[in-house]
Amino acid sequence: MFTSEMIASVLPEILILVIGILILVVEPFWKEEKRRNVGWLTAGGLLAAMVLSFLFGQPGEPTATFGGMVRFDWLAFFFKMLFMFAAAATALLFMDNEKIGHRGEAYLLLLASLLGMDLMAASADLVMLYLAIETTSIPLYILSGFMLADDKSTEAGFKYLLFGALASTIMLYGFSLVFGFAGTTDVYQLADMLKAGNLPFFTAFGTLALILVGIGFKVSLVPFHFWAPDVYEGAPTPVSGFLSTASKAAGFAVLVRLFFVAFPEYAVSWTTAIAVLSAITMTVGNLLTLQQTNIKRLLAYSSVAHAGYALIGVVALSQLGAASVVFYLAAYIATNLLAFGIVMAFSRITGKEDIADYAGLSRRSPLLGLMMLAAFLSLAGMPPFGGFVAKVFVFAAGVQANYTWLVVVGILNSIVGVYYYLNVLKYVYLYRMPNEDEENNPVALTRPYTIALVVLVVGVILIGTVFAPWFSWSDAAALNLF
Amino acid sequence: MNFPVLSIITFTPMVAALLILMMPAQRRNETRAVALAAATFALILSIWVYFSYDQAAAGYQFVEKYSWLPALGISLHFGVDGISTPLVLLTGVVMFTGVLISWGDEDPHVKAGIQDRPREFFAFLFLLAGGVFGVFVSLDLFMLFFFYEIAVFPMYLLIAIWGWVKTREYAAMKLTLYLFIGSVVSLVGALAMYWVSYQNTGVLTFDMLQIEKAGFSQAFQNLWFLPVFFGFAVLGGIWPLHNWSPDGHVAAPTAVSMFHAGVLMKLGAFAALRVGIMLLPEGAKHWSWLIMLFAGIAVVYGAYIAFVQTDMKYMIGFSSVSHMGLVMLGLSTLNQNGLTGAGVQMFSHGIMTALFFAITGMIYDRAHTRQIPELGGMMKIMPFAGIGFIIGGLVSMGMPGFSGFVAEFPIFMGVWETRWLVAVIASISIVITAAYIMLNIRKVFFSELPEQLEGHVGDVTVLDKVAIATLCLLMIGIGLVPGLMVPMVQTGVENILRLLGGA
Repeated sequence: MFTSEMIASVLPEILILVIGILILVVEPFWKEEKRRNVGWLTAGGLLAAMVLSFLFGQPGEPTATFGGMVRFDWLAFFFKMLFMFAAAATALLFMDNEKIGHRGEAYLLLLASLLGMDLMAASADLVMLYLAIETTSIPLYILSGFMLADDKSTEAGFKYLLFGALASTIMLYGFSLVFGFAGTTDVYQLADMLKAGNLPFFTAFGTLALILVGIGFKVSLVPFHFWAPDVYEGAPTPVSGFLSTASKAAGFAVLVRLFFVAFPEYAVSWTTAIAVLSAITMTVGNLLTLQQTNIKRLLAYSSVAHAGYALIGVVALSQLGAASVVFYLAAYIATNLLAFGIVMAFSRITGKEDIADYAGLSRRSPLLGLMMLAAFLSLAGMPPFGGFVAKVFVFAAGVQANYTWLVVVGILNSIVGVYYYLNVLKYVYLYRMPNEDEENNPVALTRPYTIALVVLVVGVILIGTVFAPWFSWSDAAALNLF
Repeated sequence: MNFPVLSIITFTPMVAALLILMMPAQRRNETRAVALAAATFALILSIWVYFSYDQAAAGYQFVEKYSWLPALGISLHFGVDGISTPLVLLTGVVMFTGVLISWGDEDPHVKAGIQDRPREFFAFLFLLAGGVFGVFVSLDLFMLFFFYEIAVFPMYLLIAIWGWVKTREYAAMKLTLYLFIGSVVSLVGALAMYWVSYQNTGVLTFDMLQIEKAGFSQAFQNLWFLPVFFGFAVLGGIWPLHNWSPDGHVAAPTAVSMFHAGVLMKLGAFAALRVGIMLLPEGAKHWSWLIMLFAGIAVVYGAYIAFVQTDMKYMIGFSSVSHMGLVMLGLSTLNQNGLTGAGVQMFSHGIMTALFFAITGMIYDRAHTRQIPELGGMMKIMPFAGIGFIIGGLVSMGMPGFSGFVAEFPIFMGVWETRWLVAVIASISIVITAAYIMLNIRKVFFSELPEQLEGHVGDVTVLDKVAIATLCLLMIGIGLVPGLMVPMVQTGVENILRLLGGA
C-alpha cells in the first residue's frame, strides 16, 4: 500500500505532524510559566526532522507519488529544508515574546502553516496546490491576529484574511479555467494539453493573470502588496518575519514550478508580464520604503522590493535563472529572519519600533548592533553577506536572457536600497540616545534569541562567502524544472 | 605557488577584524596592539612579495587558484604583476601607518587619534584593507567585484561615525552612493563580458586571463568600455565624477582619509585599467581621447580649485583630484611611457597624499582648526611633521630626486607622444601646484604662531614620527633610485601593450 518512496517523499511532513502531536500531548501537563519551553521542543524537533529528512528523505530521480499529487524532487526538498529552518528560527523567536511565547497553540499553528508550505513546494496537482495554499494561509491569518487585546494585531489578522481570501478565490477561478481548457489538474500534464495555438492568446493570458493574482498576493508583488505593511506592522514580530520569508518563498516555489513546468508554451506572454511586474514591484517597493519611519513597515516595503529582484530570475526562464531565484530566496530568508529577529529582540526590551528609537543601539548592545549591520548590509546587497552574491546571480541570469533593461532597473533600485538601509545603520551606529545614557540602557538578549540570531548571522555570512554548496543545491533544484 | 602568500595578505586584515571584534570593548590598548601586529604582519609580507617578484620572468606571479563555484566558473584566483605589486606594497604601508596615526594620545589636552570605540574602528578599517588587497590581487572578475564592494561600504561607517561632525553624514552618504553607482554600472558591463565571452569561447568563466582572449567585437567593446571604465573611474576621482572625493576626504578621520586618498582612489584607477583597458583594449583605443580630455581637465581644474581653498584638507583633497587626473592621463595615452608613469604615480601619489593627510590630521587634532589663515608657526612646535610636509610638497610639485618626478616625467612624455597640446596645457598644473604648496608651507609652518594657539599645541607622538619617517623614506628612496620600481612597472606595462596589440 505505502511504498517506502511514498513515505520518503512526505517524510518531513510526517515528522512535522509528529512534533505537533507531541506538543498537543505535552503542553497541558506543563505549568503556565514553563510553557515557553514548547519553543525549545519545536525548534529542536524541527532540527531533528531536518537531519532525519536529510538522511532518509533525499530525493533521487524526480518522481510523482500519491497518484501524481506530490512531487518528490530536489526542488521540493530544498524548499522544505528552507521552510523548516525558517520555522525553527521563528519558534525560537516566539519564546520570549510575552504575548505568544507561553501559548502552545501558537507553535502548533506555526507547524500547521509549515506543513502547508512544505506541500506547496511539493504539490504537482492544482487541487493539491490549492489545499496546500489554504493550509498555509489559515494558520497565518490566526497568528497575525493572535494578540486579541491589541487592535493593530486584530486588524492585521482580519485584513490579511480578507485580502487572502479574495486573492485565493481569484486564483481558484484561474485554476478552474485551466482545468476547463486542459481537462486535467496534473501540473505535469498541463504542458502537453495546452500546446501553443490551442488557446487564443488573450484567453491564455487572462487565465494566467488570474493565477498570478493569487501568487502575487502571496509574494506581495505590486499591485497586490497593500496588505503587507499593515499586516507586518500589526502582527506579532516573529510572525511578520515568518510571513515575509517562508510564506513568500513558498509563493515563489509555486510560481516557478507552475509557470516553468505547466506553461512553457506561453512563456512569451507571461515572462513579459512578470518582467513588467518585477520592474514595478522593485521601483514602487523601494520608493515607498524611503519614507517609512517604523522599522517593521520599512522591512515590509523592502520585502516587496526584494520580491521584485527575485522575479528577475524567473523572467530569465533559464536554469541559471531558476537556480538564482532559489539561491536568492535562501539568502533572503536568512537575512530577513535575522532582521525581524533583531527587531523582536529590541522591541521586547524597549517596546519601541520606530527607526529613531534605534539611536545608540551599537553602544547599548554592540553585538546586536553588529548583527543589524550584517542583516541590513546583506539586504542592501553588500559582500561578504548573502545578499550580494544572490543579487549578482539574479542579475547575471537577467543579462544572459537579454533582459538588460530589467537588470538596469534592478541596479538603480538597489542604489535606492543602499540609501535607506544605510540610513537605518546611521541611527544604530552614529546617533545617540536623547540622554546619551546608553551604558545604563543595555539591550539584553535571552538565550533563545542569542542562539537564533547567531545561527542566522553565521548563515548569512556563509551564504555570502562559501556559496558553492548552496548554489549547487539551488542548481539541483532548478534542474528539476527543465 | 607552494606558499599562499597573497591569500594570507588578503585575509590577514579580515581575520584580524574578526579577532578585534571579539575583544572586550574596554581593552583599548590591547585592541590597538592586535591591530598594529596584524598591520605589521601584512606589511612584512607585502614587502617580501615586492622584493621576491621576479622581474625577469614578469607576468603574473605568486599565482594561487582555488575553484570556488565551478558551475559558474568562479574561482579564488590570485596573482600579482608589475602593476599590482607596488600597489600591494602601498596598501601595506598605508595600513601600517594608518594604525600608527590612529593610536593617538588619550591625554585630554591632545586627544589625538581614535578614542571613541577603537575596537569597531579598527575592525571596519581592516575589513576595508582586506577588500583593497583582494582587488589588487584578484585575477577573477567576480572576486574582484566581491572585494571591491567590501572596500566600499566600510567607508560609510568609518566616515559617518568617526568623521568631522559638520559634514560627515552628508559626505559619507554621498561618497557611498557615488561609489556604489559606479561599481554596479561596471558590474552590468562585467556580466555582459562574461556572457559574450562564453558565447565566443564556450568556456563559462570569470577568469580575467581567459576573458582577455575572448575576442570581443569592436562594436561590443565600444559600447561597454564606457560604463565599465567610468564606473570604476568614479572611485579614481575622474572629472566630472570627482565631486564625492574632496567632501569625503574632509569629513573622514585621519586614517580613513589616508586610506581613501592613498589607496582607495588607486583602487578605482587600477580596476579601470584592469577591467576596462585590459579586457576591452579596442574600446580603450576608441575612447582614449575622451579619457584624455576629462583627465586633462581634472589635472588643471583640480590644481586650480586646490589653490583657492583655505581648508587644508580641501586643498589636499582637490590636489588629489589633480594628481589622480595625471594617473588617468597616463592611462589614456595607452603607450609605454604614459602607462609606466601612471603605474608609478599611483604608488607615489598614494604615499604622498597619505603623508599629507596624516600631518594635516596631526595639526587638526592639536590646533582644532584646519583653516590655513588661522594656522602658523608649526615648524617650531612640530618640526618633524613640518619636514615631512615639505618633503611631501616637493614630491607633489614633481621635484627631481623625489618619487613624484619619476612618475610625472614619463606621463608628460607619453602625453607628448600622442597629443602634445594636452601635455602643454596639463603642465600648467605643475606651476599651480608649486604655488599652493609653497604658500601653504609658508603660512602654516613658517609664519608667526597665532596667539590663540600658543601654549596648548604640542608636538606629535613617537608613533606619528615613525609613520612620517616611513612614508618620507619611501618617496625619497624611489626618487633617488627609480630602478627600485620603474622596471617592475614596465614589466606590467609590457603585458598591457601586448593586449593593446602594439609592442
